[in-house]
Amino acid sequence: MVGAACAYYAARSGLTVTVVDRGPVAGGTTGAGEGNLLVSDKEPGPELDLALLSTGLWRTLAEDLPQHTEYEPKGGLVVASTGPGLDALRDFAAAQATAGVTAREIPADRLHDLEPHLAPGLPGGVHYPQDAQVQPALAAAHLLRASRAEVRTGEEVTAVLTGPGGEVRGVRTPSGTLHAPCVVNAAGTWGGELARLAGAYLPVLPRRGFVLVTEPLPRVVRHKVYAADYVADVASASAALQTSAVVEGTPAGPVLIGASRERVGFDRTLSVEVLRRLAAQATALFPVLARVRALRTYAGFRPYMPDHLPAIGADPRVPGLLHACGHEGAGIGLAPATGLIIARLLTGGEPPLDVTPFRPGRFAAA
Amino acid sequence: MARTPADLVGADPGPPFEITFDGRTVTALPGQSVAAALWGAGILAWRTTRDGGRPRGAFCGIGQCYDCLATVNGQPNKRACLVPARPGDAVTTQEGHGHAPLGV
Repeated sequence: MVGAACAYYAARSGLTVTVVDRGPVAGGTTGAGEGNLLVSDKEPGPELDLALLSTGLWRTLAEDLPQHTEYEPKGGLVVASTGPGLDALRDFAAAQATAGVTAREIPADRLHDLEPHLAPGLPGGVHYPQDAQVQPALAAAHLLRASRAEVRTGEEVTAVLTGPGGEVRGVRTPSGTLHAPCVVNAAGTWGGELARLAGAYLPVLPRRGFVLVTEPLPRVVRHKVYAADYVADVASASAALQTSAVVEGTPAGPVLIGASRERVGFDRTLSVEVLRRLAAQATALFPVLARVRALRTYAGFRPYMPDHLPAIGADPRVPGLLHACGHEGAGIGLAPATGLIIARLLTGGEPPLDVTPFRPGRFAAA
Repeated sequence: MARTPADLVGADPGPPFEITFDGRTVTALPGQSVAAALWGAGILAWRTTRDGGRPRGAFCGIGQCYDCLATVNGQPNKRACLVPARPGDAVTTQEGHGHAPLGV
């Protein structure tokens, strides 16, 4: 998705763009997510600024792209499970509000106005109207088509070509060489490998997540609903398994149930333990889900960075190489702002916000 | 009597029994699936699609395609081609996903 957004904004800036993807469109992490466009799970700071900028850009994109992207400005509802949890959530939301997030506390007796199927007895929550959702594979495909960039799928970059001064000259693929004065590394979870090909360094690590998919249902969940623990899980640096319920409906009918996080390399083995925990947490939040069937599951690898911030901008060692990867689980949401920044940097323009926190050179080579 | 291939194969099934489809009585034989009993009574469609409400019935007949979903005794999404018919079963046409009452 980030690559598609870079292509879209770069092409609209007047640049000639070729997109090279070793798989099909949305064949990596994009197609393995839930299409979250969230501001609610981000604390004040550079990632939230990026998310807020993206929220506005997504609204514009949703008007420009065909309706099939399934863009839904449905809003998020974060639910606390304990009194102290609600206090912490309230403080978190108050801090977010000072950074431009719209957050509205929902007392226990109003939760069911928003979500009639929520479990009884929950102490309260916070409603975030800026949260939204897209169908990520469709959104990436339509964004790519709208970019009018040349798209080469099934073609892997095997080398980054450099000139005598070490500057980028293009890439090599099995079907030949592609000359370009600038190369944008938008390889997501595999961005570290591509950086290595270019003689650069980025510590992108895979953080695995499973999503459980129910049978098609009418609208039983109106918002993006998740447990307050999710925020702590996202911010955690632990490699061990963390799960917290994230539940949302889709226009096609199935309800998607996440979210798990663990760093186990690129291991795709189905984990029954993860699925059991996801199902238990989702049905604790929405008891109605215990009466419907889970049909399937899918897994993906988020591009995890040690400091939870993406790498966006020019590589300090390789002139002409730019990075746009490492967005962990927020890549769909953060894609438009990332693409806009990259387009501005490529054309010598002013980035729409301070990109210093995202500078790719902040990591020392191991 | 409903049409069956019983004569062709020289079958000697037990006594027939009754199920209902949308309130109408349908005769079934022991061992028949719900889909076979409905087909035998000339009923070819017992579900409507989620988009467009088009009619659906048995397609593959071996439990793989999920086209023949029906509501059996109040439970939606039963594969009619696999569920054995039992005396008194109430089969009803399934509208779409069959979970409309859960909608909010």
